This record gives sequence, C-alpha cells and structure tokens, in this order.
Amino acid sequence: MEENIVLTARGISMTFPGVKALDNVDFTLRKGEIHALMGENGAGKSTLIKCLTGINDFESGEIHVAGIDGPVKNRNTQDAQKVGISTVYQEVNLCPNLSVAENLYIGREPMTPWRTIDRRTMNKKADELVKRLDIKVDVTQNLENYSLAIQQMIAIARAVDMDCKALILDEPTSSLDDSEVEKLFKMMLQLKEHGVGIVFVTHFLEQVYAVCDRITVLRNGTLVGEYPVAELPRVKLVAAMMGKDFDDLASIKPEGFTFDAEAPLEIEAKGLSHKGTIKPFDLDIHKGEVIGLTGLLGSGRSELARAIYGADKAQTGTLKVAGKAAKVNQPIDAMQLGMGLLPDDRKAEGIIGDLSVRENIILALQAKRGMFNQLSRAKQEEIADRYIDLLQIKTASRETPIKQLSGGNQQKAILARWLATDPNFLILDEPTRGIDIGTKTEIQKLIIQLAGEGKSIMFISSEIEEMLRTCNRMAVLRDGAKVGELDGELTQERVMAAIAGGASDE
Amino acid sequence: MSNLKKLTQKRLFLPVFCMILVLCINMIYDLSIGHHFYNFFEITMTNGMLNGRLINILNRGSEVAILAIGMTLVVSASAGTDISVGSVMSLCASFCCMLVAGFGVSSVSSAEEFAMPLAVGLIGALLMGCLCGAFNGGLVAYLNIQPMVATLILWSAARAIGLLLCNNLIVYIRVPEFGVFGGYLGPIPTPIVIAAVCVAIVSVVLKKTALGMYIQSVGINKKASRIAGLNSQRIIFLCYLICGLCAGIAGIVASSRITSADSNNIGLDLELDAILAVALGGNSLGGGKFNLAGSIIGAYTIQAITTTMYNMGVPSAVTPVFKAVVVIVIVAVQAPPVKAWFKKRSAAKALAKKEVASA
Repeated sequence: MEENIVLTARGISMTFPGVKALDNVDFTLRKGEIHALMGENGAGKSTLIKCLTGINDFESGEIHVAGIDGPVKNRNTQDAQKVGISTVYQEVNLCPNLSVAENLYIGREPMTPWRTIDRRTMNKKADELVKRLDIKVDVTQNLENYSLAIQQMIAIARAVDMDCKALILDEPTSSLDDSEVEKLFKMMLQLKEHGVGIVFVTHFLEQVYAVCDRITVLRNGTLVGEYPVAELPRVKLVAAMMGKDFDDLASIKPEGFTFDAEAPLEIEAKGLSHKGTIKPFDLDIHKGEVIGLTGLLGSGRSELARAIYGADKAQTGTLKVAGKAAKVNQPIDAMQLGMGLLPDDRKAEGIIGDLSVRENIILALQAKRGMFNQLSRAKQEEIADRYIDLLQIKTASRETPIKQLSGGNQQKAILARWLATDPNFLILDEPTRGIDIGTKTEIQKLIIQLAGEGKSIMFISSEIEEMLRTCNRMAVLRDGAKVGELDGELTQERVMAAIAGGASDE
Repeated sequence: MSNLKKLTQKRLFLPVFCMILVLCINMIYDLSIGHHFYNFFEITMTNGMLNGRLINILNRGSEVAILAIGMTLVVSASAGTDISVGSVMSLCASFCCMLVAGFGVSSVSSAEEFAMPLAVGLIGALLMGCLCGAFNGGLVAYLNIQPMVATLILWSAARAIGLLLCNNLIVYIRVPEFGVFGGYLGPIPTPIVIAAVCVAIVSVVLKKTALGMYIQSVGINKKASRIAGLNSQRIIFLCYLICGLCAGIAGIVASSRITSADSNNIGLDLELDAILAVALGGNSLGGGKFNLAGSIIGAYTIQAITTTMYNMGVPSAVTPVFKAVVVIVIVAVQAPPVKAWFKKRSAAKALAKKEVASA
C-alpha cells in the first residue's frame, strides 16, 4: 500500500434482490484529503459506504486499511470504528435526551475505580474536545437543546475522537443552512490538516468545489472514474454522473409564466398562527400560481405551510379555500378541501417504510375516500403503475417495501401519493432535498406543469436558484414571521436582500 | 429445491412449521408407547358429540385465539401490548353472571331464578369489554401513555372490580342456556364455533375495508400516517376497543365453560399466552406489519403444547417449564440472526456442491 493512503476498496460487488447495487467498484482515500463521492440516487454511494462500515455484507472484493496487514473484514460498525473508519449519517444517530458529553462518550465512558461512570472526567474531556474543534456548546446540556447542525458536529466530534483515520460524512449538509455549512466546512478543513481522510457525500455541487480535493463518480453501481477536482469542472461532473451532457441551469419556465394578480384566489389565510412556531400571517394564493417560501432554515417556512395544512393546528386566524370559509383541525380536513403536503422530513413524516410502494402511493387517496370505501386491488395497482411509470420511480416491483428504495425514488413515491389525490393546492416542502440533479429538474418541471393546469403550488426550498427557476411569487420569512412578498422580476440579489432583512423592498 | 425454498420463504411457513412439529412429537410419542401413530388425530363421535385430542386443542385454545385477534391489532397499531385482557375477561364474566343472577346471589340453577334475561347479561359483558378497551385505548391513543403502563391499571384493577361485583362470591349459573357457550353446539364444541366466527368477521373486515392498511400504516409511522390523512389516534383507540371486545367474548366462553364466574381464575395469565401467540405467529412486537392467521395458529400451537404435556403425563405444575423450553426453540428459530445463519449455511453448502460437481 502506498504511503499516504488510508483506505482502499478493490472490486467491491454487492447485489440486492433484483438489483446489482455495486459492480466491481474501486475506491481509494488518501491521507488529509476531502474526497467527494458523487452519483445520482441509486448510483450506489450509500451502498458503498455501508460496505466500508460493515453494515452491508458485500459479496466480493477487499478492503484495506493503512497499518493493517491483509484485507479488513468489518462485521459491524464497531469493527469499522476499531480499524479507524467512522461514519456520520445524514440523520443524526445520537440520543437527544442524553447530554452532549454522554453522547460523545457513550459506550466508552471513563470509569471511576468503583466501576461507575466518572462524570467529572467525562465532562472535562468532552469540553476539551468541543473546544478543540471550536464547537460552542455546554457539554452538560441535553443534545436536543441544540440545532441539527450542532448535533451533526457533535456526531463528527465523536467520530474524530475515536482515532479515526477515515471519516465518512453522508449528506451532512442537507439539513443545514449556509452559515452552518460554513462552520462544518471549517471543521472538515481542520480535520484534513490533521491528516484525516474524509469521504464527503453530497448532492450540492457548489459544496464539492468549495472543499473537496478529489471526486469519485459512481453511476448505476459502477465506477465512472476518480478525478482531481481541478480536472473535472461542474458541467463535466454532471455529465459523468448522468452519463450525458446536461445543462442544469437552463430555464424551464415557459413564456408568460408570471404572477397574475387577477387569477381567482385558491387560499386566503388571515392571521393564522401556531404558538411558538409561526406568528400571525396573511397570505393569498391564486389559482395556477407557484408561490415560494423563502428564508433561512428555522425562519418558519415549513411552519407556515403546516399551519395552513393543519399539520400544526392554527390557533388563531381564519382560512378561506376557493372563497369558502374552511375549518382545518387536522390534515384530513385540509385534504378534503383539496390540499396536500409533502413534508420536508421524508423519513419521519413521509414514507411508511415497511409498506409497499403501491400502498404508499395510494395511502392518501384511500384516507380521503374513508376506511369503508376501499379501493379495489386492481384499481390500486393501476394507480401505482401509472405513477411509477409517470415519475419513473426505480423499484424492483410495486410490491417492494418503500424503505428499500433510494431516497430520490422514495420522494417520487410520496409525490405520487399526493398527485394521486388530485389536489388543488399542493405544498411541497423541500421536495428536492437529497435527490439528484436529473430528478430535481423533473420535479421542477412537474411543478410548473401542475401550475399550468390551474393548480396552486407552495414551494419551499433552501436553494434559491431552484426557487427562482420555478416560482412566480415569493413570500419571505424571518424569525418565525412572514415579513414580505416579492413578485415581478425575481433575482437572487432581491431574494437575498429580503431574507437578510433591512433593505427589503416592500 | 427451488420449490422448497419458495415454501420456506412464505410468511406463514414458520408458524405452520412449529405447529406441525408439535403434532409430529405427539405422533412419535404415541408410537413409542405402542399406540397407533394416528391416535392423536383420531376424532370419535360419542353421544353425538365430537371428541378427540385435536378437537380438544381447538376447543381449549379458543379463548387464547379470540384474545390473539385483538392483541394482534393492538401490537400492530401501537407497538405495545394490552396486558389487561386476562383481567378484563374475568371482569366481563363476573359482570355477566352478576346481571343474570342478581347482586349477591351465589347460585342460580334454573332460568326462572334469573334476575335479568340471559341476553342482557351477555350484551352487558360485551359492553363491559368495550368499555375496558375504550379506557385502555383512551389512555394510550389520546394521553400518549405507554401501552404497558396504561393497561397495567386494568390488569390489576379489573379482576378486583369483578370480585366486588360478585360480592366476593363465586357465582354459579347452572343453567343449560348459559352453559352452551362453553359446551356443545350440535356435535361441535361451541368455543370453536365462536372463535371461528370472530376470526371470520375480523378477516372480512380487514379484507373489505382499508382498516388493515390503516392499522399497519399507523403502527409503522404514526406521524407520516397523520400527514397522509389518517387519524392515528382514532385508529389506535379502535384497536384497543376491539381488543377489549375480544376479551369480553373470551370471558363469556371461559365463564360458560365452568358455568360460573370464578373471578380469581378466569383468564389468569391468559394475556401472556395471547402475546405469545402473536409473537409465535411471526409478528413483530415492535408493531407495523401483522399477520392475523399467524397469530391464530400461534394460539393453537400454545394449546397443542399444553395438551401434549398432559398427554405425556407431565404433572401440570411443571408444564410451564417444558412449555418455556418449546417456546424458546420456536422463537429462536424465527429470530433474524438464526435465520441468517441458516441461510448462510445453505448457501455455503450449495457452493460446496457446485465445486464438487465442477471438480
């Protein structure tokens, strides 16, 4: 093994029922580099990582780790940690009801001579660790008191403290806002200085170019190639990932797709609020409109949508739907009025993991029809097949449990669930988070197409470019309150200024 | 080979396999003591009533089978168990007998002495079951109390309430009209008919309505189900209600069997058998997907084990030990790591065979 290599995988192959997930894939990680692992949904990134960390039992191939003779066989994540491979996942796998220090040292707590946990030493060591990594937390506080970004950093700190040589970050930035991402990058660069090899999985192309040294691209379970960042400009990277040239910045808005204040109103919200999450707001939404909600993470974007939908019951204010006063106590009420909500947290609030793709797709429609009015099996299959085909959901069959699908395909299935109910007003909260560029564009096009059919769409995204491409009006939120609306010519500068506040042009 | 593989991957394979295993042990035992191997399966007609060990198992296992229906739904929807069903059975039985015999009366031997018509007593018992189920369901679904804790209340209280209702007496109702529910309906033992009717009704409801999918969906992901328009709380409540109703039915059967309301013994420890039946049926106690047929087979497997023990002359006091051993084996065979081990082994064997063939 070369001097500066920390981890190599050679010829890894793995099959899931019906799918070749990895086919003879090689991967090399060097000391002190940040190595991006790129690919579309289902390309095999997560599968490869799970092979490296011992979660997946791969069929053939070898993994070598610096300092260890012969191939390494990880049977579980503990084994992987022992040889110096640590992973931090997109969803934080820590215990929110334990303190930061306890989370850092869980399973390897410092002990007193009486075999009890030495809390003082633990807190002291934890405090030193977070100081060293420049994370500003009180280690005796419960983890749940901190933001997702801090929790992510704590997870990384835990990994780093276990003498890891290779740190795998699986979509660490997908739930962070820009300033938090920056903090995370600082931490990654600091670790890189110390010689840690970092594998960075992300869907954000800018982030790859901001911190990475090298890129490995996977497509459909096979290795496309390994490139230094300098040799693979953005357009080429996208082409490598998709297997074709693709202009991800092309305009998809048709001519004349602008805000029409004369269109009839679909939703009229007056003074709606939910205590602790969103202050009273007024919002009118017209038919055939794509309204974007923009603002920093935690500014109340999702909460505004949830108050309209009844996911968090609005405590004040009134709501009119299509001109009629409406009472929304819970989601089913909103659904009966023709609404739908695609929640931002796919795993917690979107998919029903053990149920099949078919059942996941028809669930909302069935709920709308009521328990005693069951869709016939034939009808269910017809609906499921139609949307699997329409949205090109990649699944072994319609009876496959949805949890076996890749993230982007899960998202498409949830989208299908709502399309099947034929909503008049569809709320899409981060519909493109964690999914690849090709699918992203498909979803954006779909949004515009739906609006063209006279449906109203509420679109929430952290990516301003994406919003600019699809919305014809935007509402701006700051600190749990709606602070303004933007229409006319939408530009990045205007939106940024509005989000930042002060110079809002309202 | 591939057919065998397909068979072993069927969801009901393990519960059925366990059942057959228990039956085989009986056959071998019968042979070893010089009986016919079909002794166990022999069904005879005496005085116009069916008899035989198989009938006996189906008869005696009815209460657990009825309880297992409700328990399956509760486990699936709430990822928890209703440990009060045994006590609720006892309460319902006591309530029924109290209504029929009148408060404080300890023995009724003819229909003329009834304080109230029998139908009132039966309906009262079922309503009492529903009430208990509603109480449990309310605590779990609407107050978000852990199922084990919420149902612990009635586990300890229901039996005692039943005793109060019966004025601390064992109320005997030695009337054929009452005894029929634990006796014979024509040639067939009535409990078998009642259990079959319950299973049939619930199966039809699950098949013809979306209830089954609703329950599983809520059990797998409560939050997501709510966003998708399901009333998660109401569905969990409904499952506990059904479970209470099942306990009421089982209580009537158990009470009718002994033509009395023996508060201290009816349904004693039966909640554990019901939970075990659900587990033996291959259902995860962590909620989510369920398989009602598996639970029913599980319930009868438990009874088959007990009957086998008696058959072999194991003293009833030590039966639980053997039952435990059998249960450990059955549960271990279904455990994922063991399954994975078997799979690996068979794969290795297949590989070895291939190598031999090619060499």
